[in-house]
Amino acid sequence: MQWANAIVQGVLIGGLYALFAAGLSLIFGVMRLVNIAHGDLIVLAAYLALVVTATLGLDPLTSLIVVVPAMAVIGYALQRLVLNRTLGDDLLPPLLVTFGLSVIIQNGLLELFSADSRKLQAGAIEVQTVEIVSGIWIGLLPLLQFLVAIAIIGGLQLLFYRSAFGRAFRATSDDPSVAELMGLDTRRVFALAMALSLAVVAVAGVFLAVRANFDPAIGPARLIYGFEAVIIGGLGSLWGTLAGGIILGVAQAIGAQIDPGWQVLAGHLVFLAILAVRPQGLFPKVQ
Amino acid sequence: MADAPRPPLIDVRGLDVFYGDFQALFGVSLRVEPGEVVTVIGANGAGKSTLLKTIAGQLSARRGEIVLAGTPADRAPAFEMVRRGVALVPEGRRLFSSLSVEENLLIGGQLGRPGPFSLARVYELFPVLYERRRQPAPSLSGGQQQMVAIGRALMSNPTLLLCDELSLGLAPIIVRDIYRSLPAIVGEGLSLIIVEQDIVQALDAASRVYCLQEGRVALEGEARTLTKAAISAAYFGV
Repeated sequence: MQWANAIVQGVLIGGLYALFAAGLSLIFGVMRLVNIAHGDLIVLAAYLALVVTATLGLDPLTSLIVVVPAMAVIGYALQRLVLNRTLGDDLLPPLLVTFGLSVIIQNGLLELFSADSRKLQAGAIEVQTVEIVSGIWIGLLPLLQFLVAIAIIGGLQLLFYRSAFGRAFRATSDDPSVAELMGLDTRRVFALAMALSLAVVAVAGVFLAVRANFDPAIGPARLIYGFEAVIIGGLGSLWGTLAGGIILGVAQAIGAQIDPGWQVLAGHLVFLAILAVRPQGLFPKVQ
Repeated sequence: MADAPRPPLIDVRGLDVFYGDFQALFGVSLRVEPGEVVTVIGANGAGKSTLLKTIAGQLSARRGEIVLAGTPADRAPAFEMVRRGVALVPEGRRLFSSLSVEENLLIGGQLGRPGPFSLARVYELFPVLYERRRQPAPSLSGGQQQMVAIGRALMSNPTLLLCDELSLGLAPIIVRDIYRSLPAIVGEGLSLIIVEQDIVQALDAASRVYCLQEGRVALEGEARTLTKAAISAAYFGV
């Protein structure tokens, strides 16, 4: 029963990893930009939620009403003012610039909020549980987080494959110069993609901050989890990303069950194993 | 009092275009009247595609001007030129490979410029595309892909359609079919600039011809009156 419980918890945390990954994969998919600052932007969203809850007296989940649009605006501006200038045939400049951004965000947060760990208090929902089958209890909050992850990934899937907006994203991803011939300002499309990515990041950041302690330095590890989920799931597939997040979460939970020290290592090992056996990931986009 | 003469649909004057230090066009001028079909012929590397890309806003000229229906349009980027009614069918078709046939057409029409062309009208023009509308674009034959590329450009309801090497990589019989669809397109009041290596096809479709040679206009004239000798002299520079 302990094992079943560990696996269920792993599945639920996998939803959060999928949220880390979805924003990352969206950006890579639309503009071939590897955003090294992605993890730090998640942490930035967490701190933003901290400030919003403290100043406006909102509970963390309600603070999303402010944090999501705020992060979207930050994403739009970041892309327009900085990242669009780095895009070109060479993959290196955006990599270096987002790496620099990562350092800036970490140190900026350190300067403003110190290195102390923080946590968002969501109140009673944090400790409420439901018994799904006898002996397996799951927390309401992890369950909510998982359902939100599924809803967001489903929503992104619809947006990408059923809307004019998504069509523009896919066309730009296929061939930016021909997309311009269709009247699409690709720099604006990129900025909208980054806005969308950071809106997802905002949700991930708030759930992360409610679930566990955070401090300015935890971003890069979230980036790694996001990357791993994307690679396991297969580049370009949103549902694959969810599967990748779940596999990573379950691997970590099983590792922790064997020995608490193995939690993170187990996740990395499963990632390496999948990379060795199926480098294209489990559900790569069919070409 | 006589009406002021109508300005040409597009008036290109003295274009110098560079790729880095390499100059591809030298003072190229070209003019297209409303409803006219003009062809630009020339050997490989003569600058035909460069000229079309510059008009479409994909490249910008170092010197010279482009006047579209009486308004300057030199520095407009490609996405702006489509809004102003200039659409390019790019060389090699360049369809969006992850989009279906219908999505390729819809993205062409996403600006919503009013005009005669709609999804229904494009399917009427190329009925085979209707049958294949749900298929991914790369699964079509070369000729059908060319039809999608033309349809996609038409969906923006341009006043000037630029066609770059429609015959590239296609069997002669397919090329003939594609060219047969052009009169129906021109019949809707569009002007065309056709860039072609297949001279026979191009001369047949056009009323006026420009022949480029090493980035310069070597010959210009009515398609009917130019002699084969004059064309081959301009084409090969002999």
